[in-house]
Amino acid sequence: MLKGMARLISRVHKLDRGRFLHTGTRIPQSIAGHLDNQAPVESPRAISRTSESDPVKHGEQQEGQHYNIPHQDLKTVFPHGLPPRFLMQVKTFSEACLMVRKPALELLQYLKNTNFAHPAVRYILYGEKGTGKTLSLCHVVHFCAKQDWLILHIPDALRWVKNCRDLLQSTHNKQRLDQPLEASTWLKNFKTSNERFLSQIKVQEKYVWNKRESTEKGSPLGEVVEQGITRVRNATDAVGIVLKELKRQSSSGLFHVLVAVDGVNALWGRTTLRREDKSVIAPEELALIHNLRKMVKNDWNGGAIVLTLSQTGSLFKPRTAYLPQELLGKEGFDALDPFIPILVSNYSPKEFESCIQYYLENNWLQHEKAPTEEGRKELLFLSNANPGQLERLCAYL
Amino acid sequence: MAAPCVFCGAAGFYRFFLGSRVPLAQRQGIWKAAAAAELQTGTRSQIVRLKHVTVVTTKKNVAASRHETYTADFIKKQLEEFNIGKRHLANMMGEDPETFTQEDIDRAVVYLFPSGLFEKRARPVMKHPDHIFPKQRAIQWGEDGRPFHFLFYTGKQSYYSLMHEAYGKLLDIEKRQNQLQAEGLDLEKTKTKDLIGSRWLIKEELEEMLVEKLSDQDYAQFIRLLERFSTLRCGAAEEEFVQRFRKSITIQSKKQLIEPLQYDDQGMAFSTSEGKRKSAKAEVVVYERGNGKIKVNGVDYLLYFPVTQDREQLMFPFHFLDRLGKHDMNCTVSGGGRSAQAGAIRLATAKALCSFVTEDEVEWMRQAGLLTTDPRVRERKKPGQEGARRKFTWKKR
Repeated sequence: MLKGMARLISRVHKLDRGRFLHTGTRIPQSIAGHLDNQAPVESPRAISRTSESDPVKHGEQQEGQHYNIPHQDLKTVFPHGLPPRFLMQVKTFSEACLMVRKPALELLQYLKNTNFAHPAVRYILYGEKGTGKTLSLCHVVHFCAKQDWLILHIPDALRWVKNCRDLLQSTHNKQRLDQPLEASTWLKNFKTSNERFLSQIKVQEKYVWNKRESTEKGSPLGEVVEQGITRVRNATDAVGIVLKELKRQSSSGLFHVLVAVDGVNALWGRTTLRREDKSVIAPEELALIHNLRKMVKNDWNGGAIVLTLSQTGSLFKPRTAYLPQELLGKEGFDALDPFIPILVSNYSPKEFESCIQYYLENNWLQHEKAPTEEGRKELLFLSNANPGQLERLCAYL
Repeated sequence: MAAPCVFCGAAGFYRFFLGSRVPLAQRQGIWKAAAAAELQTGTRSQIVRLKHVTVVTTKKNVAASRHETYTADFIKKQLEEFNIGKRHLANMMGEDPETFTQEDIDRAVVYLFPSGLFEKRARPVMKHPDHIFPKQRAIQWGEDGRPFHFLFYTGKQSYYSLMHEAYGKLLDIEKRQNQLQAEGLDLEKTKTKDLIGSRWLIKEELEEMLVEKLSDQDYAQFIRLLERFSTLRCGAAEEEFVQRFRKSITIQSKKQLIEPLQYDDQGMAFSTSEGKRKSAKAEVVVYERGNGKIKVNGVDYLLYFPVTQDREQLMFPFHFLDRLGKHDMNCTVSGGGRSAQAGAIRLATAKALCSFVTEDEVEWMRQAGLLTTDPRVRERKKPGQEGARRKFTWKKR
């Protein structure tokens, strides 16, 4: 076991008599044979890192390698996009490195060849838990940001259907419910990521907020966003307006829209929210979800829709479910029907090596057995090349 | 039976002589063992000093503290009955009475008297009287009261006579050796051969042999004396004397069954075995060549065992034999909980790997504890307690 004796004390006594020490109980022959064989790896950096930090230029050669996201991009492109564990890793290593993997490369290929005259194509990233769907999505988002697309990135749709404290009855439509906090946070992040578009895009209708405030036709979208941020009560409506306008104007050809939703199975699942009279709220009754559903429908052109399924935060779904059919349900599947599924799987051996190399370079693996061949084999066995599991395992070492 | 008329005067004591089989010690009153024996042998009509007189007091369970004495006649009669009974039993079972062994008797008894009792010692049994009645000493003194053995008054006559005999032999050997040395014929002989593969009798076995209680110091002294024999050159008679006190032990690992390898259609060798732990049963098929992929009940092991501890258990046999990525495995497991299932699979894997591995490694595995079924099972809840060990909350009043 790579875990030292002093660590994981809580697990030690749970292991039954197989409380084995690496140095003690191994077969005598094998101890003599295994030394640190780092020799075959002449240039480790060549394997685990690439100097291309522009996703536009990523191709087959960079497969399996980590590329660095500059800090500027991190702030503008991903104000809210990255998963929390990855953010912790970024903070620890003081650099954000994403691995270039096959599913992401495939998606980038498709995106490069999109025909903007056709309706927006939907791509769904699906896979087992912890295989890297969210980070692949982030890679794609980075790519599109570099290509100057307008990014509509909803980091976790599942956060909108659970644990919401305040629900207001919508001013726009009496039957629906507003979520002011979530909407306003999202608007803030949207503003940070798409600053330059906000002044370019003009609103094509007049919107009346209340007796005193209204947005005139022809004013920039930025005003709507400001209104949503300052007046939290109208934040949800602001979000709805933004989505509607973008949908309408994307076909004009001035800009391309990328709709990136993580955890899209939230839109068609169940919610854990209840009204004051304890009756369950269906997702349609939440204004945010309703608008998002309209956005994800492919009746507009001039962009692409990239979606990710997520079992981790999903409600009322078994842990082993990972296929679109299971997670989206019949309704969701029908709504999303013509889509391109992209499977994200565990690391290939090359990618696994690259990941370990990356951790070693950053001095993340402190255990003395970690760099050795046996250590890698153990890690491979224990994590079964699952990126999420590997990350959690290495956290202890 | 001894003439009851001698004591007829005492009223109400008829039940004293209900059957000769009833052990004397159960009777009320105080009897001297010697006196009782004399009574039973009966022909002597001397005055027997009896102190039983008219006391009707019931002494509770005096029998338990007394030794039960069986006379030689009694044992002989039991032996005759046993032999006759054996022949009858053989006839009943339709087998040849001449070659009816003890195992046959046991089988016949189990067949004829099926018992549902859990305690094995409470079930009906038919064995040679020597096995049933504990060995007892015959009367150690003659008619005149003089003891037969010259060491009777030491209290532990058999033990001291044995020591005396052994020491006498030692002296003989030394004398012989001195004679040979004086004559100049010096032959060297190694003595270690008889010590390997056998052990000294333990104290209980020695006590059984001598029909006498020993203390720990006595036993230690005796063993030390016997060990002196191994330093000297002894003849055949002395060797035989020493061998009487040694018991051979079988080498543990020879008992491990090694499954034969089986070959499937493509010529790939595989090996199957089963394992159990705490009500979980697992059956495992290990293939000789593979990538290290493991499937449990048709599901990948990463998904079946999300907890790292369980996967560590699965890893242990492979890691111990240094064959981490070399075998493929297919398991089916049922029952128990997650930890029990992991333990069951581990045991089954270790047993299956025995057939791919040298005998030495099998011995190492056995010493590491990989091949032993864990005997711990859930302890039964007892009445009057809340659980197996936990008592109800103690209230002072």
